[in-house]
Order: sequence, then structure tokens, then C-alpha cells
Amino acid sequence: MFRYLVRRLLQMVVTFFGATFIVYALMFANQDDPIRALAGERPISQAERQVLTERYHLDASFWHQYWYYLKGMLTGDFGTSLTGRRISDMMADAWPVTVRLALMAIVIAAAVAILAGVISGIRRGGIFDNVTLVLTLIVLALPIVVLAPLSQLIFGIKLDWFPPTAGLHPSAYALLLPALVLGSLVVATELRVTRSAVGENLRADYVRTARAKGLTRQRVVGVHVLRNSLIPVITLIGVDIGGLMSGAIVTEGVFNIPGVGFNLFRGIHTEDGPLVVGFVSVLVIVFLVVNLLVDLLYAALDPRIRYE
Amino acid sequence: MSDLEAVVTAEGPGPPSAPPPPAEATDKSRSLSDDAWTDLRRSKIFWFAAVLVVLFLVMAAFPTLFTSNDPRDCILARQHAPASGSHFFGYDFQGCDVYAKTVYGARNSVLVGVLATLLAGVIGLVVGLSAGYFGGWLDALLSRFIDVVLGVPFLLAAIVLAKRLAAGSNSTGIAAVALTLGFLGWTTAARIIRSAVIASKNQDYVAAARMLGAGPVRLMFRHILPNSITSFVVVLTILLGANIASEATLSFLGVGLRNGAISWGISIAEAGRYARTAPWPLVWPSVFLALTVLAFIMLGDAIRDAFDPKLR
Repeated sequence: MFRYLVRRLLQMVVTFFGATFIVYALMFANQDDPIRALAGERPISQAERQVLTERYHLDASFWHQYWYYLKGMLTGDFGTSLTGRRISDMMADAWPVTVRLALMAIVIAAAVAILAGVISGIRRGGIFDNVTLVLTLIVLALPIVVLAPLSQLIFGIKLDWFPPTAGLHPSAYALLLPALVLGSLVVATELRVTRSAVGENLRADYVRTARAKGLTRQRVVGVHVLRNSLIPVITLIGVDIGGLMSGAIVTEGVFNIPGVGFNLFRGIHTEDGPLVVGFVSVLVIVFLVVNLLVDLLYAALDPRIRYE
Repeated sequence: MSDLEAVVTAEGPGPPSAPPPPAEATDKSRSLSDDAWTDLRRSKIFWFAAVLVVLFLVMAAFPTLFTSNDPRDCILARQHAPASGSHFFGYDFQGCDVYAKTVYGARNSVLVGVLATLLAGVIGLVVGLSAGYFGGWLDALLSRFIDVVLGVPFLLAAIVLAKRLAAGSNSTGIAAVALTLGFLGWTTAARIIRSAVIASKNQDYVAAARMLGAGPVRLMFRHILPNSITSFVVVLTILLGANIASEATLSFLGVGLRNGAISWGISIAEAGRYARTAPWPLVWPSVFLALTVLAFIMLGDAIRDAFDPKLR
């Protein structure tokens, strides 16, 4: 276990440096003249130019600049956005909203997926199973850019069931529709995995034993089968965090939720380089850490798995 | 790479002249593919998907078959005017014909999707074949590289890369988006090819071919690859659908197609702002986009179900 942990951490460090380096190189390297871009039409004096060059280490080599970027990031200093706000302050405002939205989406998706997945796993080939399979295929194929604006139009504007946009401090009710949209991104795969896991486990020896002991059907399915079927689903939920983050960019932009995705959405539009790089870097770190945690959780849930 | 197109186009309506996969099938897999083809023809999902795919491919190639209106003929006076005559879907905020814009939008979507998928297929093929066949340090290096690419959330990487590739150019950004999606989308294909190569490179028939003097390239393409071509084609078909969705997402976010290009993603983003007063310009491109993506994913699903003997 310890060796596995060390190896995973080392792999994570490699991925982290690889990913942040690529992001940095793409956003900042070889740009024409950042001072010119900052000043716009305004003439800029030699003295100003010199001050800015020194403050932002613009004359340093590429590797030096990358080093400054890394140092700033690891000490929690992401610089200031082009709007003048400190990026770390913006993150402190944005993260709680996004975490709330993502948690709601994960819980809703998992509840629907596990319930429907167990039912279609038990009644394989039945009407419910066939209908769910077609439905998951459709949900799987609906891009988030279709789902988010259309559900806002239908459920927010036309039917008026939900508020079409969330404000600065969104209530749980205002986040419900966006969470449903976000959850639908991951519900289909989770449902399919639950279904096949349940189908497989129902044929397992221990289930036959449990039935032979005279346990009720409820207990066999609810305890013996369900517990073992949830293991792959939980890994999947971890993997899905990446998909949720991508989906959050569009969903928060459409529903006007002041979270991480919304800031990125706006940063892309206003060409706010430091903001985009800062938020993307943190998202990459979160993604890596969550995936590591899920892998470790996997071992805790399934004693058969022993990491070497 | 023509296999992808062969499968996608040859499986439209009408009897096929040769069972897929075409030329390279061995005797054993030929009977399997015959079997699979019989299965496919009975599948309703397959026919639904195939008809849609053919429809959208024709729409992409010959938009004038569907509409005689010019999607760039926009008059502000017609802003949000209702449908009339051959303008089935009405007009959008700029006074453009929504139906014509939606029909012409198919071309860029399919073009970007196909180019990106071809690029991803080539990269995946080269990486997967060399990692699986040569093994050792090359495999370790390439596998770690796949891990790094998979370790970055897809849309975030795509946003940064697309922005960088399109910087300073005045083109419509088709090449930039296709390159972006191709560079990021090859990992699944590479993994499938790699594991297929590892599974079959020590088989007796490969050893026999090697002893008869076949070189690595001939071994890979003539003896190892045909066995895994179906799963490769399935992955690429589904990837094509996913790429079309990604293109729309990037265009929606403003980092995809640009400079006046017609794209479903851009139409959705524009119409979304006025959805309260005029919902239809938002609905139609959304429906077309969803159907296209659905068609490719269903097609891949149906082919996999038919060709995977384990699922029967």
C-alpha cells in the first residue's frame, strides 16, 4: 500500500508538472509584447516599460519565468486578473458555489443511476431495462451546449418551474436545474455500469448462498448485491469529476452562476490570460487529487484489491 | 484510415457490396463479420443511426439540396420574423434565415469532426502500434505520455490549445479546432490498439509470419491489426460524434470557429441571449446538433454490439 501510494504520488507530480507546463507554455510563451497589449493605444514611456519589465520579470528567460509562475502558484499567489482583482480572492468566492453545484449534481446523478441501474439489472431485457438503455443513449449523446440552454428555455423560461438564472448568492433551489443538467452528463455511464455490475453479481456464488440461507430477496439485493455493485460506480464518480468541471464551464455560463466555470467562461471571453491560467491550473490539481483519493477509496471498499 | 469512412458510408441504406471490415478480413473473421452484418441489419437502432448519418453527410456535402436560401443573406428589418414560405424556421436576431444557417452549419461540424477524428486515429494508430509492438522503454514512455494527456481535463486543455493555435490568424479556425481535438482525442484509440497488439503479437500465426521473413510493418498491418480493426473503428465512430459535440462547445465558448464561420455552436450561443423573446433560433441548431451526435454514437454502439462476440 505504501509503495503504491508513493508511486501514485510520483506519477501525480509528473502529470502535474507536465500539465501546468503545457498550460503555461501555451498561454504565456512567445506572446508578442505584453506591455504593448496592456497599454493598448496609450503611448508608453521608457521608464514605465522598464518598471513593468522588472516587476513581471519580462526580460528573464522562459525557464525563469516558468519558475516564477510555479513559485507563485505553490504559495497561493496567482497574481491579479486584468480586471484588477486578486485571482486568489476570486477563487475564494467562486469555489464554494461550484463545490455546492457539483455536490448536488453528483448526489442527484448517483441516486438516479443506482436506483434505475439496480432495477434494470434485476429485470434484464424487460421493458424498463430497454427504455432506460435507449434513454441513456440519448442522454449520452446530448452535448452540454444543447442541454443547458434548452433546459433553461423549457424549464426556466417557458414552464417557469425554476429560476432561469441564479444570482450572486444562489439558493439551493436556484442551483437545482443547473445541477440536474450537470448531473445528466454523468448519469448515463453510471447507470450502465451499475446495471452490468448488478447483472453480474446476481449470478455470483455468494448470492446463491445468501438465497439458500433463506434470506429475503430484499436483503439479498439490498445488501449483498448492492454493496459489491457499488464499487465500480464509486470509481466512476471520481473519474466523472473531470467531466463535471468541463460541464460546469458551460452550465455556469448559461445559468449565470458565479462559480469557477463562470469565471473561466468570462475570462475566455475577455481574453484574461492570468485568470484563465490560474483557474485552469487549480482545476488540474483538484482533478489529480480527487482521482488519487478515489483510487485509495477503492482499496478501502474492496478488500480483494491489494496495491503493490 | 479509409476503413472508418468505408464503414460509415458503406453501411447506409441498400445492400453492401462487401461485408465490413472489407479487404483485410481473414477467413475466420469473415464469417464473424457476415454474422455481424446479419445482426446489424436486424437492429432498428442501427438503421435509425445510419439513415441520420447519411442524411447529415449529404447535408454537409450538398447544402443546396436542402435549401436555396443564402445563410449570409441577413436583413436586420426581418429580426426574429416568423417562418414563411421556404424559410421554415423563421429568422434570428440578425435577420438571417435560421433554416439555411442550420443546414449550412452541418458542413463545418462534419468537416471538423472528420478531420479531427482522422488525426486522432493516425496518432492513436502510430502510438498504439509502436507501444504495443516494441514494448520496453518505448512502451513505458508512451504509456506515461497517454497518462499525462488523460490527466488533464479535456475541455480545459481544448480551450487553452484552441486559443493558442488560432492566435493571430484571420481564418475561420477550422484547422485550429480540428488540430486541437485531434491532439487531445487519440488516447482511447491508442490504448485499444496497444492492448490488441500485446494480446496477439505472441500468437502462433504471428510467429509463423515472422519466421517466414515478414518485417515489423508487414506483421503489424497484415497480421496484427486486422484482428482489432473493429474496436478501432467503433472507437473512432463514437469519437467522431464526440468531436462534433466538442466543436460546438468550443464555438459556443468563443474559442472554436470564428470570423463569420457558420457553426451550430455559435448559433446556439447567439440565440441563447434572446431565448426569452425568440426561442426557435435556439431550438433548431440544438436539435440538429443533438441528432448528429446521437447518430454517430448510436452507429458506433450498434456496430460494437454486432461485432463483439462476447456480448451475444
